[in-house]
Amino acid sequence: MARNALLRTFSRHLLKPLAFWLLALPVLWLGWQWGMLLNGQAHGLGFNPIETTHRFLGDTAIRILLVSLAITPIRDLTRWGPIMMVRRRIGLAAFWYALLHVLAYLGLDLFIEAGTASGALAALWRDVTDRIYITLGMSAFILLLPLAITSFKCCQRWLGARRWQGLHRLVYPLAILAVLHHGFMVKGFQLAPWIHGGILSALLAYRLVGMKARKRPHPSTNAA
Amino acid sequence: SGALDFSATDYTIADPQTPYPAVTGYNNFYEFGIGKDDPARYASALTTNPWSIEIEGHAARTGRFALEDVVDFSTLEERIYRLRCVEAWSMVIPWVGVPLSRVLAAFQPTSDARYVQFETHLDRDEMRGTRFPVLDWPYVEGLRMDEAMNELAFLAVGLYGEVLPNQNGAPVRLVVPWKYGYKSIKSISKIRFVSEQPETSWNRSAPREYGFYSNVNPNRAHPRWSQSSERVIGGNVFARRDTEMFNGYAEQVAHMYAGMDLIENH
Repeated sequence: MARNALLRTFSRHLLKPLAFWLLALPVLWLGWQWGMLLNGQAHGLGFNPIETTHRFLGDTAIRILLVSLAITPIRDLTRWGPIMMVRRRIGLAAFWYALLHVLAYLGLDLFIEAGTASGALAALWRDVTDRIYITLGMSAFILLLPLAITSFKCCQRWLGARRWQGLHRLVYPLAILAVLHHGFMVKGFQLAPWIHGGILSALLAYRLVGMKARKRPHPSTNAA
Repeated sequence: SGALDFSATDYTIADPQTPYPAVTGYNNFYEFGIGKDDPARYASALTTNPWSIEIEGHAARTGRFALEDVVDFSTLEERIYRLRCVEAWSMVIPWVGVPLSRVLAAFQPTSDARYVQFETHLDRDEMRGTRFPVLDWPYVEGLRMDEAMNELAFLAVGLYGEVLPNQNGAPVRLVVPWKYGYKSIKSISKIRFVSEQPETSWNRSAPREYGFYSNVNPNRAHPRWSQSSERVIGGNVFARRDTEMFNGYAEQVAHMYAGMDLIENH
């Protein structure tokens, strides 16, 4: 059918580049705004551009992470298999945004404040040990590192499918840590971390239900 | 807006003033939303004229007073203060208003009045942020009586020579420059003379983070922000400055805290 042929062509040739550009859009926008700012032109980063940058990169990382966790349920519900081709790319994009978020915090906050690299690292350690939301955020980022490193094809082969999959289950605790990091960062009672937490809970619940269903013996093997 | 008549004072600092668009476009006023640009966007919904203030508690004169009977608009003065937010940023703002001590003295507080509590106006229709429980509304703040009577404590009705924009706390707000910004309560509709240390909104929300005194103190790291330095809003994007004890106002206020442990009593 023509519709199916169209979908096949889209999946084969357009899905991956489309995902790439959609995922790159936030950082392209951010870079463009910083370019305008440093050029002395009107920009969209507000009166505290560094703060805006931290929030923007952190929000983007969490949201892309949630999207990456939604891919499998979307595949199950729509039975559109090819969407799985972009899951790794989406997960990696979450890592790149998290990395930029950490680098911005290191460079634009800690380094500017301390003036030296060693001073910035000392301040980082103080923050990690003293401030609960930074403890949580840094833990999430550290758990994300092995997933990003092993996301390459060669590592997948080297680890073997089973171990690789086991390792990549770290995404669940690290997503919880990331959302808690956001929740502990905001002042007063704010909605955004609860929305992220709600979506994450739904995605985790979907997997728990799936796991239970798989453990239940298949009816056909039960035949007496 | 509208120009105000005022006289200059010696209360000024050498640092450049924060540009008007930043002072009026980057605000924490959660009654209008949690985004820094929400107050500028939504605070125009607030009716500030007419405005009255309820005076309650231990004072000879109590009751509801029109703003014009609380603030004498014929004696306005300008004071240029640094505003230090607990979020580790600061601004330099030319306020127009009257000393708080003069306003409070007119109500003749009794000897039982050991603290003053202030309350922000609350109107769920006009203040869209209060429809959501970010804090336990209405916003309340407080000062010890000697703090309230200190020469620096100021009630502002304007900035940059003009009537206070709504997002900055129109029509009347407190300015206590040696304390973190959230102590400088906005859009005041109640002043209460009390004998016990009053509750304050942020202390109620997170007591470990926000104490009653909330004096600017670079030596006490806040659980969220190191308070040793601050970002300067409105200038070079990378500009920071070292935070000073009492936000640079130690000479005028340090004596009030002689002998107090300012880490314990934060």
